[in-house]
Amino acid sequence: MYTKDGDSYFIVDAHVALWDARPENQANIHGKQFIDCFYDYHRNLSPESELWSYEEYLYYGGARLMKDLFQDGYVDHAIFQPAHLGAFYKNGFGQTEEAFALTKQHPDKLTYNHYFDPRLEQAGLDQLRCDAERFGLKGVKLYTAEWRDDSRGYKLDDPWCRRYLETCLDLGIRNIHIHKGPTIRPLDRDAFDVADIDKVATDYTDLDFVVEHCGLPRLEDFCWIATQEPNVHAGLAVAMPFIHTRPRYFAQIIGELLYWLDEDRIQFSSDYALWTPKWLVERFVDFQIPEDMTEYAPLTIDQKRKILGLNAAAMYDLPVPEELQVRRIETQAVSVA
Amino acid sequence: MREHDAYTALHAVFDPELDEPITDLGFVRSLTVDGTEVTVHLRLPTSFCSPNFAYLMASDAKDVLTALDGVSRVHVVLDDHHDSDLINRGLAADAGYRGTFGAEADQDLDALRLTFRRKAHTAAMERALTRLLRENRELTDDRLHDITLADLPDHRTTHALLRRRAALGLDTAPEAPVLVDDHGKPYPREEVPLRLRFARSVRISIDGNAHFCRDLLRTRYPESAADQTPRNQEVHAS
Repeated sequence: MYTKDGDSYFIVDAHVALWDARPENQANIHGKQFIDCFYDYHRNLSPESELWSYEEYLYYGGARLMKDLFQDGYVDHAIFQPAHLGAFYKNGFGQTEEAFALTKQHPDKLTYNHYFDPRLEQAGLDQLRCDAERFGLKGVKLYTAEWRDDSRGYKLDDPWCRRYLETCLDLGIRNIHIHKGPTIRPLDRDAFDVADIDKVATDYTDLDFVVEHCGLPRLEDFCWIATQEPNVHAGLAVAMPFIHTRPRYFAQIIGELLYWLDEDRIQFSSDYALWTPKWLVERFVDFQIPEDMTEYAPLTIDQKRKILGLNAAAMYDLPVPEELQVRRIETQAVSVA
Repeated sequence: MREHDAYTALHAVFDPELDEPITDLGFVRSLTVDGTEVTVHLRLPTSFCSPNFAYLMASDAKDVLTALDGVSRVHVVLDDHHDSDLINRGLAADAGYRGTFGAEADQDLDALRLTFRRKAHTAAMERALTRLLRENRELTDDRLHDITLADLPDHRTTHALLRRRAALGLDTAPEAPVLVDDHGKPYPREEVPLRLRFARSVRISIDGNAHFCRDLLRTRYPESAADQTPRNQEVHAS
């Protein structure tokens, strides 16, 4: 929980990772390039006071994660969104066993989402059923641009992926997080293309699709789809830190998302350990649309409450103390408007 | 052939996604001329920048330099990319996009290039119209349907729009309407505010990406700062 000027906010960090990118886990040069790219994002978009050393960044472990998120970072609940990246890292990038063990220790604070890869066809589908039971999955994180053998990606509407999504429905995995953002993409098709989300969002209306990085660098394509598909949501991972380096650009992103989607379909994430949540939460609570940007309405405290935690809490059925909910009267006023 | 002339020629090579010359972006790491041979090294903001875009910019660079008088051989080398070896071999052999990437490249790059030309046009259209709205406070969104190219001031925002219309083969006559779709067709009057709004999100997206890529390049290669030319802010950052 975070409190400022008498207003309190329930914080859900909807996209965190426990990764291991140390040289002994790198399978090849791409493993090094990948973490170096992350580190450049970290260096480029963090305030100087929040910079980590490269060594710390390669691997930080569970104790550090607990401190950064829950002790220092105001976070009430965080959701692991692991990227496997088996083509780059010997034991995977996201550390499943370590993250899951931490989740079992702190079930009130952590949720573990896992991943699947439809290119594994039936074997992967069987694995998904086991994983759903073992981890108690409510969500999965899909990295559609992940490399596997000769393939550099897949689409959500590929026939096998559809079977996986149907299995998710059977298993009660409602929340499908998809990485659509910078870094790797398949070669001949544009992995930032969110058209595949459009198709499956239409076909699987009982699933919620959270587009991580809200489609950046194709914000407009994402907005165009999300405005038509009520089960498409925006994850703010990677968009958040622009609040520091480019506050006007951040205002435009939030302004566009609120215009094309609405305040119930935007989720805060730090993308830890790309960035730590503490400063992002503080700055977002302090943030306001610049006065000369008359095309956007000012952000309200209740909108910030929803974005910082209540939206993700609702999606994951997380208990929220009554006093941290938005006041009902205001909600009605907003929905009428 | 002098290095200055070769570098000038590279101004014509654009990053399709950012709609800016690779020279201004700082993507040209070095350029050397040895007699009639030109060697260019390119660098990008991350190792994982799209390989199709990387190939497109590198092969465009090779094409514009090869076309210069007094040039017999051109070597374009992409540094520090996850596909550097593949792309550099393909460029050296003039293998083309499909020849370079094989089975993974089942489409040609023309469709991708067209997509980004259209986005660049949409963004240029929004810049011109937003500027007009700011300068004429009595003008409102819903009246933009009737605005023609002749109504736009003699300003670089307008020139940029005309260039992008020409690149797409759209009408550049003074009486042509400004707010048009990818094929040059005006939108129905009632859709105008929504279409302007969408064009705005396209422009915000391109501008935001350009800032981010420039900054990331400087994070990755601090020395690139000296090579970057500031982006033309045709409309104030808002």
